[in-house]
Amino acid sequence: MSVGTNSIGKPVSRIDGPAKVTGRAKYAAEFSAPGLAYGVVVSSVVAKGRIISIDRSAALAVPGVIEVFAHDNRPSLPSSHEKYTDQVAAPGSPFRPLYDGEILFSGQPVALVVAEELEIARFAASLVDIRYETEEAVTDLDTQIDQAFEPPEKRAPDWDPPARGDVDSALSRSPTRIRTEYRTPVEHHNPMETFGSTAVWNDGRLTVYDKTQGAPNCQEYLCSVFGLAKDKVRVLSPYVGGAFGAGLRPNYQLFMAALAAIGLKRSVRVTLTRQQMFTLGYRPQTLQTLTLGAENDGRLVAVKHDAIANTSRFEDYQEPTVVWSGALYSCDHSTVTSRLARLDLFTPCDMRAPGGAVGMYALESAMDELSYAVGVDPLELRLKNYSERDQNKNRPISSKALKDCYLQGAERFGWSKRRPEPRSMREGRELIGYGMATGIWSAFFVPTSARAILAPDGTLEIACATADIGTGTYTILAQIGAEMLGLPLDKVIVKIGDSDLPSAPVEGGSWTAASAGSAVVEACKGIRKELLKHASAINSSPLQGVDVADVTIVDGQIRMTSDPSRAMPLSEVVMGLKEPIRSEVSAAPDERALEEYSHYAHSAVFAEVRLDEELGMLRVARVVSAVAAGRILNPKTARSQILGAVVGGIGMALHEETVIDHRYGRFMNHNLAEYHVPVHADVHAIDVIFVDEQEHRLNPLGVKGVGEIGIVGTAAAIANAVFHATGVRVRDLPITIDKLLELRQPTSNHAA
Amino acid sequence: MIDFDYVRANDVGDALSQITKHQAAKFIAGGTNLIDLMKEDVEQPTRLIDITGLPLNEIHETQTGGLKIGALVPNSDLAYDERITQRYPLLSSAILAGASPQLRNMASTGGNLLQRTRCLYFYDTATPCNKRSPGSGCGAAEGFNRMNAILGWSKSCIAVHPSDMCVALSALDAVVHVSSAKGDRAINSTDFHRLPGDTPEIDTNLARDEIITAVELPSEKFARHYSYLKIRDRLSYAFALVSVAAALKIEEGAITCARVALGGVAHKPWRVPAAEQSLVGELADRKAFSSAADIILQGAIGFAHNRFKIELARRAIVRALEQAAAGTPQSQSVKVIV
Ligand SMILES: Cc1cc2nc3c(=O)[nH]c(=O)nc-3n(C[C@H](O)[C@H](O)[C@H](O)COP(=O)(O)OP(=O)(O)OC[C@H]3O[C@@H](n4cnc5c(N)ncnc54)[C@H](O)[C@@H]3O)c2cc1C
Ligand code: SF4
Repeated sequence: MSVGTNSIGKPVSRIDGPAKVTGRAKYAAEFSAPGLAYGVVVSSVVAKGRIISIDRSAALAVPGVIEVFAHDNRPSLPSSHEKYTDQVAAPGSPFRPLYDGEILFSGQPVALVVAEELEIARFAASLVDIRYETEEAVTDLDTQIDQAFEPPEKRAPDWDPPARGDVDSALSRSPTRIRTEYRTPVEHHNPMETFGSTAVWNDGRLTVYDKTQGAPNCQEYLCSVFGLAKDKVRVLSPYVGGAFGAGLRPNYQLFMAALAAIGLKRSVRVTLTRQQMFTLGYRPQTLQTLTLGAENDGRLVAVKHDAIANTSRFEDYQEPTVVWSGALYSCDHSTVTSRLARLDLFTPCDMRAPGGAVGMYALESAMDELSYAVGVDPLELRLKNYSERDQNKNRPISSKALKDCYLQGAERFGWSKRRPEPRSMREGRELIGYGMATGIWSAFFVPTSARAILAPDGTLEIACATADIGTGTYTILAQIGAEMLGLPLDKVIVKIGDSDLPSAPVEGGSWTAASAGSAVVEACKGIRKELLKHASAINSSPLQGVDVADVTIVDGQIRMTSDPSRAMPLSEVVMGLKEPIRSEVSAAPDERALEEYSHYAHSAVFAEVRLDEELGMLRVARVVSAVAAGRILNPKTARSQILGAVVGGIGMALHEETVIDHRYGRFMNHNLAEYHVPVHADVHAIDVIFVDEQEHRLNPLGVKGVGEIGIVGTAAAIANAVFHATGVRVRDLPITIDKLLELRQPTSNHAA
Repeated sequence: MIDFDYVRANDVGDALSQITKHQAAKFIAGGTNLIDLMKEDVEQPTRLIDITGLPLNEIHETQTGGLKIGALVPNSDLAYDERITQRYPLLSSAILAGASPQLRNMASTGGNLLQRTRCLYFYDTATPCNKRSPGSGCGAAEGFNRMNAILGWSKSCIAVHPSDMCVALSALDAVVHVSSAKGDRAINSTDFHRLPGDTPEIDTNLARDEIITAVELPSEKFARHYSYLKIRDRLSYAFALVSVAAALKIEEGAITCARVALGGVAHKPWRVPAAEQSLVGELADRKAFSSAADIILQGAIGFAHNRFKIELARRAIVRALEQAAAGTPQSQSVKVIV
């Protein structure tokens, strides 16, 4: 492909930035409509059982209350669970909101109060009197280990690669063996913007502004659930205030807003409270066992990784937790297995690097433990076991600059200053620890469509149904369009987040830059072809007879690449257009490249922690994240992705945990005062390096995506640094003061 | 959240007559605690009496060389007031250890004293809580009690008072001035908050129809030897697992006066006079500090998730006293602990 360095690769600021900081950018719950009514969701206070009665009289008596919807008076809904499925659904029977009186999880939406004003709806919601028959809920994963099962239907077969070699005998032969268990807790995504939907009713047509990562996914869902024709429903998500995966599946506020709008033939907005954000999907809890066998010099002989994660009673949510342990390091014997255990909770939902974040925490912690067992520097250990091939599939990796990540990251961090012994580095009262870990995440390219329209005034409109969840999609698509047609960036308009636009998968999996980006490349190629036709048709055009493959558009010129003297001004061609040029395409990956090669992004993460040992107070003093993710379309937005993900990794290591009171089957710290994420004081220097990596096979842009790789490995690097600082291995995230103190200190005698 | 009226009080007398007339009314100052609790249906006042217009937002010198702080002085103004930073740096430091700048801008001195516990069960009406709903049981005792008490708790409630400011006020022996239709009175800050006993629904010794007008700081300032050390789960914007307000007077290496108050451990800022007495006449060293810590923590009993706080408190007391003695108080902006 003939791309110059016109726009791609430049650290361009977000083109949607000014709209966002000035408040012009409207989010889902900021849209209005004539006669808009407001819905407030009533949440179940019990975790299991059934509703035996609903007394809505007090609520209905409040002036301004329009209706109280519940399972006993809702408009007709399909009974088949199938109808409630969506593109990201896990195998199983999707939840049917307000379908019947069965309670499947605490916080389940059980009624919707609709009123003329939000305050009225909220007040009336507190008056709905619901009686339950309760059953004992099981929410403690530790009690369900015996019941753990292999899901009969796989979400993705690749995530559980077949065993290779003979792990058990290899382990018994291994001179060094370690077997360790790691635990990770439930985490909630907690994007800044809470979920909200504004359903605008217009004479039988429904236009819904929704907070979602996939407008088309939500449109299909609504059509299926409410039996509406596709042309009767449009879903828009022009701006999304963060999501981290929480917006991949249609959430229940969307269902509620649509149900009320259809039932009342009126526009309705439903927003969730922060507390209700804890009734949505979450990162599941995991219990993981890692067994590594190695030669005395640290070369791996066998890797065994077993993970148990929780799911709900009704869906078999799965994520790629153990696959990396089989793939990453050179090793002849490997068995990785993952199982599920059912709890009376809502179904988990993909959260930034689902599976990878937790699975690699376990693998990379175990590798660190191995490094001490064999007395090999942790970085050296990774290099010793470096593999150029995907070990699971025994096939080449299309590009892998992980070695450069290790070396450049180590250099920048000053890894060579690390003293090998734990507890050997200190300054003043503080113990200092250096830790590192590897990150790996799949690089995808998912079929996506896009449209490009070049108008005679020289503006290019790019359109694709994908979303920008704060990642920079608007900006990179504009850059790609500008690059392809040699235009200044401000001549490109990007339209996304609309189910009426050319179809796109959900914005997730770090595939959007590669997929929507490639679709834009292809659409712009169509425009180039047309432009060349027009250019050639101009009298005595220097471009007559030139093949489109040999054309570059740069610096306002259309040029023959092999003979730049044959050129003409782009403006001349564009101004001569009688009507806009339109090109709409569907881009899809080269199946052979997918078959023959594995595609991963990689990283090496280095962390320094400082700890006041007496008090257990811990700081992550600095992090260096060196990332190999193919071509970086925009170093500024890409760096932001890594920064944010590293902060997410700090949270995973030290703060984030949603605690469940098993007596009530209920998440207890359901607000942002008690569910901790890192604050500014917890975040110090973060240094991001993008190492050079040439990717030629996966997609025409050579892009791998950077939305998730930054969190993978970060928690392990920090946990490993904590061990190096203290000699204490906390194998149970998050690493909190009590765990640091209690591991040093046998339980005190002051127990109740 | 329930439907409520909102009125503004013109002066203290008006505020008092309003609160006397309406049994289910509440004062609102910064609203940073009350509104949150109303949104959760934990507090259900049918009327809010806005007192932010009352003339209670100044700091005055007292005749005895102390300061009188109006109940409506915002936490930020108080923390950065030069008279406070110079003369009562312990108070300034404690306030700055709490909440976030935005919250401190809104929060008032009186409201801070009356902020309610952050016990998870108190906040969640789907669970039992004797403080919120007397007789319903204590959800925390056998539930998730990491942030709960290790001292002074009762069978009916193991909640802690979450304030940082109040810990310093307690250590400084501040006095709370209150008024009611019946007249004015003064309550020692050490007696202002109470232990839960059988009536955990009552947080303080302030009557429902009383208003806080001011907080008075006595002349004893501890400007040289003090420290506020707060141990928490992240480095800012988190309530204390344990906090210590330490204040010393030292002459020729020996302690002549000591104050130690703990936050995050009990239903009120925790002070043990015997421990403070034990320090008087001692050299300001780790040994003396450790035995004082032992006295303070006598009888401490933890629960499933918070036992570690006993040992943590012991260590934090020693460290805070060391910081105070050395004249190197804990910085609230640089998070490194010295
Ligand atoms: C997320 C979060 C984190 C926080 N972190 C901390 C922390 O780390 N440390 C800390 O100390 N605090 C913390 N706070 C609490 C904060 O300090 C209090 O919310 C604040 O001090 C309350 O003051 P206010 O003026 O807003 O009170 P309001 O919410 O207005 O009132 C609180 C109570 O006091 C009553 N009241 C107010 N003024 C008077 C008066 N003059 N006379 C009689 N009654 C009165 C009201 O009726 C109400 O019952 C945090 C708060 C939040 C929301
Ligand atoms: S500790 Fe007190 S506030 Fe917490 S649940 Fe028990 S009674 Fe309620």
